[in-house]
Amino acid sequence: MHELAITQGVVDVVTARTGDVPVAGVRLRVGRLSGVVPDAMRFCFELVTAGTPLEGAALEFERPEGRARCRTCGQDFVLRDPVLLCGCGSADVEVVAGRELSVVSVVLAERRAVT
Amino acid sequence: MCGTCGCGGSDVRVEVLAGASQHGGHEHIAVHPHPSGPTGDVVEIETALLAKNDHLAAHNRAWLAERGVVAVNLMSSPGSGKTSLLCRTITELGPLRPVAVVEGDQETRLDADRIRATGARVVQINTGAGCHLDAAMLARGLAELRPAPGSLVFVENVGNLVCPALFDLGEAARVVVVSVTEGEDKPLKYPTMFALADLVVVNKVDLLPYVDVRLDRLAEHCRSVNPGVRVLPLSVTTGEGMQPWRDWLVAR
Repeated sequence: MHELAITQGVVDVVTARTGDVPVAGVRLRVGRLSGVVPDAMRFCFELVTAGTPLEGAALEFERPEGRARCRTCGQDFVLRDPVLLCGCGSADVEVVAGRELSVVSVVLAERRAVT
Repeated sequence: MCGTCGCGGSDVRVEVLAGASQHGGHEHIAVHPHPSGPTGDVVEIETALLAKNDHLAAHNRAWLAERGVVAVNLMSSPGSGKTSLLCRTITELGPLRPVAVVEGDQETRLDADRIRATGARVVQINTGAGCHLDAAMLARGLAELRPAPGSLVFVENVGNLVCPALFDLGEAARVVVVSVTEGEDKPLKYPTMFALADLVVVNKVDLLPYVDVRLDRLAEHCRSVNPGVRVLPLSVTTGEGMQPWRDWLVAR
């Protein structure tokens, strides 16, 4: 389950910025084509945050939809799954959104200066 | 979205197929609390979650480039024939170019022992519970392997069509191996893996007469998630396809 390693990355990314300040909430951006399952991250989050400043933090997800641009007809369209096919029949499409995988922001549990 | 509680974040789809027992709605099992939303100070982070891995992968790429070493990341489900392909490739390529191997498996040194028997340098990485290799593991593997300048390094990833796809190792090329006995729909079932491949090797084509799989449909499925990807039919057993495979490697 790669979500375990990726969720460990959440703790690393956040504590690199906020140190030992307790965190009450974490907002992630997980694109719908990223290959990462938010439910699995939620499951792992509890495990990897135990004993860290993120323990007990609420987890929220932004889920950008997949979007692609067709190189044949120039149309921009929503990509509901990773099968790359434009309505015009062309498979020559470029994925322009939906693969995002990042920490957007955190909410601190107490007021403290963070650089 | 769930009509009971309104939670709508799930990508895990559970479908009742026609013919199975149907019932109105679904039982709701609450497994996570619904946060009311914390209200303290917000700190913007905006950092990619794989940034650390990608950074280490860039180091690996630079390390390999300095030594003129080309790394090829081999990924597949377990049992597709990656190790057999490597053993035959090492034997055939040996005189042309030095080859070394980083083996990734959850447990045992069985694959590394098979590679060592060919005479190639090999390092085994056991990931334990881990389901993929990451850039930090490969960095440790390469430091132990000390590949000769100008050599070809194969990284045999953990057999898994899901997790290894997300982790850049710093390789020059990604090869997905799929065998005909796995069926022709693997690229559709595991699109992330196939979408990122530079080459798809279809192994065990000598078994085509015995399985209900058509090569043209398998290739079509590969291209539906990765337009233009090259699909190379091959049999480690008979040697069919080994020549174009060697040519592809030598051209890296």
